[in-house]
Amino acid sequence: MSPTATAAPLVQARNVHKSFDQLEVLKGIDLDVMPGEVVVVLGPSGSGKSTFLRCINHLESINKGSIEVEGEQIGYRLRRGRLEKLSSNGIARQRRKIGMVFQQFNLYPHMTVLQNIIEAPIHVHGESRKDAVANARRLLDRVGLAEKADNYPRQLSGGQQQRVAIARALAIRPTLMLFDEPTSALDPELVGEVLATMRDLAKQGLTMIVVTHEIGFAREAADRVVFMDGGHIVEIGKPEEVIGNPQHPRTQAFLSRFL
Amino acid sequence: MTMDHAPHAPPTGGAEQRDVANAHAPFRSGRLLLWLAVLLVAANFAWIVARNENFEWPVVAQYFFNPTVIQGLYVSLGLTVVAMIIGVVLGLGLAIARLSQDRLASSLASLYIWFFRGTPLLVQLIFWYNLSTLFPEIGIAIPFGPTLVSWETNSVITPMTAAIVGLALNEAAYMAEIIRGGLLSVDRGQFETAEAFGMTKGRALWRIIIPQAMRSIVPPTGNQLISMIKATSLVSVIAMADLLYSVQSIYNTTFQVIPMLMVAVVWYLLITSVLNIGQSYIEAYYGRSDRRRTGGATPAPVVAAAEEASH
Repeated sequence: MSPTATAAPLVQARNVHKSFDQLEVLKGIDLDVMPGEVVVVLGPSGSGKSTFLRCINHLESINKGSIEVEGEQIGYRLRRGRLEKLSSNGIARQRRKIGMVFQQFNLYPHMTVLQNIIEAPIHVHGESRKDAVANARRLLDRVGLAEKADNYPRQLSGGQQQRVAIARALAIRPTLMLFDEPTSALDPELVGEVLATMRDLAKQGLTMIVVTHEIGFAREAADRVVFMDGGHIVEIGKPEEVIGNPQHPRTQAFLSRFL
Repeated sequence: MTMDHAPHAPPTGGAEQRDVANAHAPFRSGRLLLWLAVLLVAANFAWIVARNENFEWPVVAQYFFNPTVIQGLYVSLGLTVVAMIIGVVLGLGLAIARLSQDRLASSLASLYIWFFRGTPLLVQLIFWYNLSTLFPEIGIAIPFGPTLVSWETNSVITPMTAAIVGLALNEAAYMAEIIRGGLLSVDRGQFETAEAFGMTKGRALWRIIIPQAMRSIVPPTGNQLISMIKATSLVSVIAMADLLYSVQSIYNTTFQVIPMLMVAVVWYLLITSVLNIGQSYIEAYYGRSDRRRTGGATPAPVVAAAEEASH
């Protein structure tokens, strides 16, 4: 699905700065993501791409600028004309429609696959157990793991765990999905199954921001590619522009390593 | 590489013979001798103790189910259970407070733990029991302001309340550190994930972090429980009629000190044995997700289904 020109952006990042102690990791990031758009963020290690992703759902707080998701400023609210920090419960509420998939999967090891998926729908979104289980089974079927519902995460391969993690994130019916290097912890032969699942989601019009090193995935599935380096967005555009014909020397140097 | 290894190296026999499935464990006569020797010494020691008339085993048997002893046993068990429950609940609160970002909460919790771990339990019990000499009246008041409600200390602090308060508050300090260690042992990514899914801090703790922390909390807690059972014997100094106090009250009249102490010792051992068994079941429960695959295909789904239903 291509973004419609008239719609308001789903994610709006303005002049985002982030420092860890003395180290400035993000040095003014501006990015709009339209509903239904798939944005792939590429860049060398330490370029700040994962940090930026984690700022979007406020796993990291930002030091300057602002981030809005669905028109709501993340982590803050305006009260009597002044901006104030939200309480942790307020932030929890803002995160409810943002799904996230982590590099290390982070499945809950003490719960079965099914319990992992129904946890947030039941306990955060107040879905009935029956609906949550039915939806979880449908999602497991979609990622090809229907028969693993009663297994514990440790009994699955890395690729299977990551597909469960994707199903778990989808179970909250997210308006935005964040992928933080979802294939970086996988053995090479397991990367394909996860990327296939993600490509499938991209086709169905889910808004996705994907931080990855998979150039191939970016080329095929992305509506736009963002190249980050040194805390800046260096280049942004359609995959055939940024990957096919990079303008900036940093992008060219980075991409040349994958050829 | 040629001659020396000859006895081991040549592939004697066919594939059938070399299949490890057909291997057997060689008979080890040394191990058998060791077993026999140890059993012999143990049996001899048991025989000596059983035959030693100074232990007065018939007296032990006679008083084992004596009503006073059983009454004392109930008091010891009741104190243990109540003090432990209060200790765990309070300890959990202290552990969370100590880990929180809130300076006030974490320093108050640290202060509490510092005090109650740093002073002897026996002294704490005696202080609680004699609280009325320090504060004849206790009540609720506005700081530096008027008193709202007050009670006479002696009417509130009985041996029972002094024992419960003393044991529970002391236990809470130790449990707080055990629970804090358990919470810290859980991967940080788990808390982050729960947060990313919009869980509040409380729910993330309760549903995600604590169940995983239990694996490292249960073994030392079992240890604490056993310590607690024995620590209840300290309350005999504040005239609380626990197991030790009741056997003492009997031997004070009969002068059969050793057999009466043996009655208490055997009871303490029996209780701790039962607790050890209970602990191993609890550990198995919290370790269930760690088993790679269950041998038979049936048990795992049954457990999972039962759990699903119980949530």
